[in-house]
Amino acid sequence: MAQEEVNKAIAGEYNLGFEIDIEQDTVPPGLNEDVIKFISAKKDEPEWMLELRLKAYHKWLEMEEPTWGKVEYEPIDYQSISYFSAPKKAPESLDEVDPKILEAYEKLGIPLEEQKQLQGIAVDAVVDSVSVKTTYTEELKKHGIIFCSISEAIRDYPELIKKYMYSVVPMTDNFFAALNSAVFTDGTFVYIPKGVRCPMELSTYFRINAMNTGQFERTLIVADEGSYVSYNEGCSAPMRDDNQLHAAVVELIAMKDAEIKYSTIQNWYPGDEEGKGGIYNFVTKRGICEGENSKISWTQVETGSSITWKYPSCILKGDNSVGEFYSVAVTTLAQQADTGTKMIHLGKNTSSTIISKGISAMKGQNTYRGLVKIGANADGARNYSECDSLLIGSECGAHTFPYLESKDNIGQVEHEATTTKISDEQLFYLRQRGINEEDAVSMIVHGFCKEVFSQLPMEYAVEARALLELTLEGSVG
Amino acid sequence: MSKVLEIKELKAKIGDKNILKGLNLALEEGKVHAIMGPNGAGKSTLSKAIVGHYNVEVTDGEIIYNGKNIVEEEPEERALDGIFLSFQNPVEVPGVNNAYFLRTAVNARRKHLGLPELNAAEFLREMKALVSELGMKPELINRSLNEGFSGGEKKRNEILQMMMLEPNVVILDEIDSGLDIDALRAVSEGINKMKDGKRSFLVITHYSRILDYIKPDYIHVLKDGQIVHTGGPELVEQLEEEGYSSFEEK
Ligand SMILES: Nc1ncnc2c1ncn2[C@@H]1O[C@H](COP(=O)(O)OP(=O)(O)OP(=O)(O)O)[C@@H](O)[C@H]1O
Ligand SMILES: [Mg+2]
Repeated sequence: MAQEEVNKAIAGEYNLGFEIDIEQDTVPPGLNEDVIKFISAKKDEPEWMLELRLKAYHKWLEMEEPTWGKVEYEPIDYQSISYFSAPKKAPESLDEVDPKILEAYEKLGIPLEEQKQLQGIAVDAVVDSVSVKTTYTEELKKHGIIFCSISEAIRDYPELIKKYMYSVVPMTDNFFAALNSAVFTDGTFVYIPKGVRCPMELSTYFRINAMNTGQFERTLIVADEGSYVSYNEGCSAPMRDDNQLHAAVVELIAMKDAEIKYSTIQNWYPGDEEGKGGIYNFVTKRGICEGENSKISWTQVETGSSITWKYPSCILKGDNSVGEFYSVAVTTLAQQADTGTKMIHLGKNTSSTIISKGISAMKGQNTYRGLVKIGANADGARNYSECDSLLIGSECGAHTFPYLESKDNIGQVEHEATTTKISDEQLFYLRQRGINEEDAVSMIVHGFCKEVFSQLPMEYAVEARALLELTLEGSVG
Repeated sequence: MSKVLEIKELKAKIGDKNILKGLNLALEEGKVHAIMGPNGAGKSTLSKAIVGHYNVEVTDGEIIYNGKNIVEEEPEERALDGIFLSFQNPVEVPGVNNAYFLRTAVNARRKHLGLPELNAAEFLREMKALVSELGMKPELINRSLNEGFSGGEKKRNEILQMMMLEPNVVILDEIDSGLDIDALRAVSEGINKMKDGKRSFLVITHYSRILDYIKPDYIHVLKDGQIVHTGGPELVEQLEEEGYSSFEEK
């Protein structure tokens, strides 16, 4: 294939790169106390929230951007970003949601209208800085489940927010978390009461639409004793030549005997082949297994963003608690991903599993960075880690940095790593059997990702598979 | 007799090395052709040239299949049109389930022929019947394609694919190498079962043993990139006794 055709094929692939043509309320670029006050006022926040934001802002000013990630990018000018953008009309009900937004979500495959709503999946739709629609809230309320935007939660459930927000990811945890704490605009709040098994999949769909804006969402999920919830997030963004910053924070809390399953399909715009444009995805995700026998499971399929910097982690505090991390990260074009997890074993007989699959094609650079930490009292702690890399072509790269820290306690830790290259001979063999080249590549890639995809809820596994195929289309030959 | 595949004055190289030097060969419909020849003569190169392997560069000559020159065609087109190669050394493909792979291949071919695709149940029924006929371990169908297969298991897996794909032209590159006595019999029976008076076979081998089973119609001697002699089955005995030195290069 001629290079131009390859480029065309790739450019055509990101088919979510359209712009929603709606009127937006956007603050001018720049960050200062006034902007934070503006955001807080826009959201009708209580005074205590504004104080927390300002506190975070001042801490952030003293912090430095981390440079240890194996990613390269031009310095970000935080004064050139706009920190708030929202569709002008704030909808009270679905009837008031701009039809263009409904249409856009429909295009993304996520209908929000009641009669069309996805069977058994409740959705919170977030455009830029605000949640535009949350479905199935009433039905969920019957079970005592709270599923709403974080802005609403701050107004309506201040006690829960005060108790849990910043409890897992402290305000000053890291540079990007501090920035988020100061300027977060929206996101989702979930509370599952004691003993309740959430009857449907919950999901949030994030959409960056406005130009030159950052997206800073915050998600907080609390699963009370003996409860269960499966939560999924998806995302996309228009194709733009400028890089856009996405710095989210997610906190999960699982009480005794509770289980949280958190799945992500990340499909932000990846930029072009030269690394122009695309989303900088700098995200802090952490969960705590607070009570005994609790479980947190992260599953992520990362195909988008020009840069991904993300380490969904578990603090295994309760005895016998379980942490899991299943990841497929794809870097093609000029994408860079530095991703992995931290499993912090504090309780006795805690166990964790890490399955990381990195796929690199074209000029993609994929790094796994993982930490397994065994605390002094974590008798009987166990970890199993498997980090596999698959290379397609010769210009891409894969790197693994597994770290192990243990205080006196050695625990039982197993680590395996492999690197495989899709060879011409393998592709030829499949082609000789009548399977075309792209199907041959996707067959090998799916085989490689099987263990992770099997962790996703059915509908999402299908989506992930299709997405992977699209992402890698045109990356061979 | 109609010719299914006709190779005319074929010249091909690997890297800068000329391997095939004006080779002529015609496969007849429904016939079994055997090719014998010394190591490094170009037998595998010929089979690779026919299926469009990326290492082999055809510099001159023609490969006529179904009346058209296929030298420029993509490997998958040739495969879908019914040319099958059993590789001398089948590659391992970790992570790709053997049964899933074969079903994908079978359905690609069926689709190409305008036939309905086989559903999982239909496919498995057929596949399992053949697996037991070939004396393969049933677990092999659920393993990764060729990964960790023994030499003999790989060869049987090639024959399984051949039988499921029902090609028009079957090229077997040393299918008999490394097979135990029972496997050789099972594989030969599989091949014989596929003879239907229309399908043509090109069997590359170093040994007469497999030829006792599958009874070739023609024996070709390939030496230094050319077919230097063609005869009937009686030629095997002469080769066994005299070796290749008595056959002069053209
Ligand atoms: N990839 C390659 N690079 C360089 N030379 C090659 C390559 N493949 C084959 N050759 C050379 O081409 C010549 C013909 O090889 P080929 O495999 O066709 O022989 P063959 O007749 O099949 O031999 P055998 O009976 O040992 O299988 C040999 O000299 C071999 O070394
Ligand atoms: Mg050979």
